[in-house]
Amino acid sequence: MARTLITAPASAKRGDVIELRTLIAHPMETGFRPGADGLLLPRNLVTRFSCRYNGELVFSAELFAAVAANPYLAFTTVATESGSLSFSWEGDHGFAQTETVTLTVT
Amino acid sequence: MARDAAMKTGLPRRALLQWGGAGLLALQLRPARATAFEMQSAIANYAGGAPVKPGKVTFDIPPLVENGNGVPVAVRVDSPMTAADHVTGIAIFNERNPQRDVVRFSLGPRAGRAQVSTRIRLATSQQLVAVARLSDGTYWSHSVDVLVTLAACLE
Repeated sequence: MARTLITAPASAKRGDVIELRTLIAHPMETGFRPGADGLLLPRNLVTRFSCRYNGELVFSAELFAAVAANPYLAFTTVATESGSLSFSWEGDHGFAQTETVTLTVT
Repeated sequence: MARDAAMKTGLPRRALLQWGGAGLLALQLRPARATAFEMQSAIANYAGGAPVKPGKVTFDIPPLVENGNGVPVAVRVDSPMTAADHVTGIAIFNERNPQRDVVRFSLGPRAGRAQVSTRIRLATSQQLVAVARLSDGTYWSHSVDVLVTLAACLE
């Protein structure tokens, strides 16, 4: 499992726009770069990110080789109801990880 | 002797040198123009042939990048983000990395604000374009030129 860092408020007022920031430890090897032996290092990217709020997709991203290592993404969503926010990353060689945080809406 | 030979073939040395120089210049210019064209076609592909107009989008990126390995970028779109009028997608394109695509975001009215940020790699000084797709089917863009002093390890 890759280490992740998620910054999300624990609680918010209904209707507030909250900022979600995510980071995942991943080399994001481009596949264009030679290694020490002169051969190209195989591509290893996180290709897809999605954020679901109580199961409903609110944000997604398609990542390419030009995204920096340890991909950082910051976006916003409207706090509508208490529940869970789940963040999923998918990538090459079957890479898949999901993290969940809970949000209390008052 | 050489001059005599050139005279005989009807190709003066001066003309040869001029044409040679022009050829070299064309060789140097070609890759930059080819990739700029590739970027335009990638943008046209994203827009599905719809016209992409400048405006509404604010692409925040430092104009002078010291390290191309992690360049913070932010894209904001001037949109009320209501069910009737919102941003459905934001994409970033580059001119001179190995691939024209950088990242493509999909969002909707539940985003609240049309604002995203991330960190990207830049292989060299180049032009970058952020394109936003709105729910009414129009496309808006903002282009930025950046200078990169330390290139990302792409090649």
